[in-house]
Amino acid sequence: MMHSIRSIMRTLTLTVSMIALLITTSPAAFAAEKTDFKLAWTIYVGWMPWDYAAASGIVDKWADKYGINIDIVQVNDYVESINQYTAGQFDATVMTNMDALTIPAASGVDSTALIVGDFSNGNDGVVLKGDKTLKDIAGQQVNLVELSVSHYLLARGLESVGMSEKDVKVVNTSDADLVAAFSSDTVTAVTTWNPLLSEITAQPNTSEVFDSSMIPGEIIDLLVVNTETLEANPKLGKALTGAWYEIMATMSGTDAAATEAKTFMAEASGTDLAGYDAQLASTKMFYTAAEAVAFTHSADLMATMQKVSEFSFDHGLLGEGAPDATFIGIETPSGVYGNTSNVKLRFNPAYMEMAAEGAL
Amino acid sequence: MTRIINRQPSRYGRLALGFLPFVILLLVYIVASDARLAENSADKLLPSFQSFADAVVRMGFEPSKRTGEYLLLNDTLSSLQRLMMGVGLSAFIGLVIGVGNGMVPYMRSPLSPLVTAISLIPPMAILPILFIIFGLGELSKVVLIVIGICPIIIRDIQLRTDDLPPEQLIKAQTLGGSSWQIIVRVVLPQIMPRLIEAVRLTLGSAWLFLIAAEAIAATDGLGYRIFLVRRYMAMDVILPYVLWITTLAFAMDWSLKRVSILLFPWYHGTQGGGHD
Repeated sequence: MMHSIRSIMRTLTLTVSMIALLITTSPAAFAAEKTDFKLAWTIYVGWMPWDYAAASGIVDKWADKYGINIDIVQVNDYVESINQYTAGQFDATVMTNMDALTIPAASGVDSTALIVGDFSNGNDGVVLKGDKTLKDIAGQQVNLVELSVSHYLLARGLESVGMSEKDVKVVNTSDADLVAAFSSDTVTAVTTWNPLLSEITAQPNTSEVFDSSMIPGEIIDLLVVNTETLEANPKLGKALTGAWYEIMATMSGTDAAATEAKTFMAEASGTDLAGYDAQLASTKMFYTAAEAVAFTHSADLMATMQKVSEFSFDHGLLGEGAPDATFIGIETPSGVYGNTSNVKLRFNPAYMEMAAEGAL
Repeated sequence: MTRIINRQPSRYGRLALGFLPFVILLLVYIVASDARLAENSADKLLPSFQSFADAVVRMGFEPSKRTGEYLLLNDTLSSLQRLMMGVGLSAFIGLVIGVGNGMVPYMRSPLSPLVTAISLIPPMAILPILFIIFGLGELSKVVLIVIGICPIIIRDIQLRTDDLPPEQLIKAQTLGGSSWQIIVRVVLPQIMPRLIEAVRLTLGSAWLFLIAAEAIAATDGLGYRIFLVRRYMAMDVILPYVLWITTLAFAMDWSLKRVSILLFPWYHGTQGGGHD
C-alpha cells in the first residue's frame, strides 16, 4: 500500500514539474536569434497599414529579403493584444506611447518603439451634449475608458481650463458600448477616440469641446518591439521598417495604387474611403521616415513622456513599487527621462534613419 | 483483487484526495511564478505570494490614496447590493409568475410562450437596447441580472408547480379550498424550497451578469476593479479578487442551503439528506 502511494506521489511530482516546465518555457525565454516572428495589430486608423501589409504580401517580400518569417495577427481586443505581447506571445505589437509605458514597460518588459507611425491630431476628443464649452464639464459625469489615452486627454483638457479630475466624475465605460451609452439620457459627457468619436459627434446637439489637436504630438501611435528580441535579431527591425515605409509611400500618393491601398484599409476597418480619409485628416501620419526621425529627435518627445509618466504615476499605473514618476526610465534620442538604471522604454530612431537613408 | 469500483478511500484519504488537486495547482503556480520572476523581477503575469499579500493589504485594509475609501470593502458592498437586488427581484418575480403559470391556465396560455422566448434571448446581445431604455446607472445592472436569470427561475418554478401531485389539489378542493387558498396553503409551502434551489443554481449566472454589467460602465464594484486594473495587468489584484468572488459566491450558496434545511427539513429529508 505504502509502496503504491509512493509511486503515485512520484508520478505526481513528475507531472507537476513537466507542466511547470511547459508553462515557463514561454517564447520570451529565448532571446537568441530566431527566424519566426509574430506581430499583433488592432483596428485603428494609424495601424490599418499592417493589415494591408499582410494582405498585399509586402511584409512577406521584406521578410524574405532578410530571410525571416513574420506572422501578422489581428487581435480584436486592444488591451489584450498588449497583455499578450507583455506575456511574451508576440514579438511586436502596435500601441500608444502611454500604454507602452504603463503595460509592458511597467511590467519590466524592455520595449523599443521601432516605428513612430503617427500622432493623434484630433482623433481623440471630449464631447458634451448640448451647445457647451469645456468649462461646462464641471460637475458632470464623464464616460470614458478609464486609464486609457482618453483619460489622459481629459486630464490635459481640464488642466487647460484650470480644473482637475476632482471637478468631474469619471465613469469607466467599455469602448464597445460607448456609442450606445451616449444615446442614454444619463450620459452627458464622453471622451473617446475614432471611429467612435465621429459616430458620437454625428449625433445631433453635441459639441466637441476639446480634442487631441490641442495637445499635438502627445498621443503617439507606435510599433513596439521587445528590445531583447530586436537586439538579437536586427533583421526583424529592418524588415518591419522597410515594409512600413514602402506602404507609407504608396498610401501618401494620389495615384490609383494609393486609392486601392486606402480603400482596402477603409473596408477592413468598417468604413469607406471617405470615412477613412476623414480619420486620416485628424491623424498626423509620418509618411516619410525623415519626418518620424525628426519627431523622435525633438526635445518635445521627452517633455511629452514626462507628462505621460506623471499622469501614469498619479493614477497608480507604474505599479505599487514606483516611488515617483521617474521610476521607469524612458530613453529618447534627446536624453533619458527618469531612472537611467531602469530604462524599460526606448525610442530608437536607428531603423527609421536607415529607412530615411534608403539603406534597407 | 477488489475491483476498482468497490475500493473506497478512508475518511482521511478522501480528505487528502480532495485537497490534492488544489495542492497540485498551487505547486504548479509557485514553480511557474518563480521561474518567470527569476527571469524578470517586475513580471506581473504570475506574481509572487508576497505581491498578493501586499495587494490584499493595499486594497482591503488601507484607505485609497485618491478617494480615502477602502476599495475592497467599497467594491464588495456595491457589487453585493446589485446582486442581492437582482437576485431578490428575480426570485420574487419568478415565484409569482412561475406559480401563477403553473396553477392558472388562463395565465399560462398568454405568458408561458413569452417567458420561454425571453429566456432564450442571450441578455448580452441586447445590451445596447438596455442602455438606451434604462440608462447606464445602477438600474441597468440590476435589470441585466433580472433579464438573465428571472426567466430561468420562472420556468423552473412553473415545472415544479406542474409536478405537484394532482391528488393533493383535488383533495384540497374537496375540502372546499378556493383557488387562492390552495395556492397559498398547498402550493406555496411546497414550492419555497424549490425556489431556494433554483436561486442557488442561478447564482453563478447572476454573478456572470453582474461582472459583465460592471465591466461595461461603473465607478465601483468587484467586476469594475478587475476590468480596470486589467488595463495595466495587475494580476496581483485580479487573482485575490477572483478568489474573493469565489468565496462570496460559495458563502451565499452555503447559507441558502442552510436556510433551506432549517426552514424546510421535510424537503431535505425526502431527498435522503445528502441533497446539495
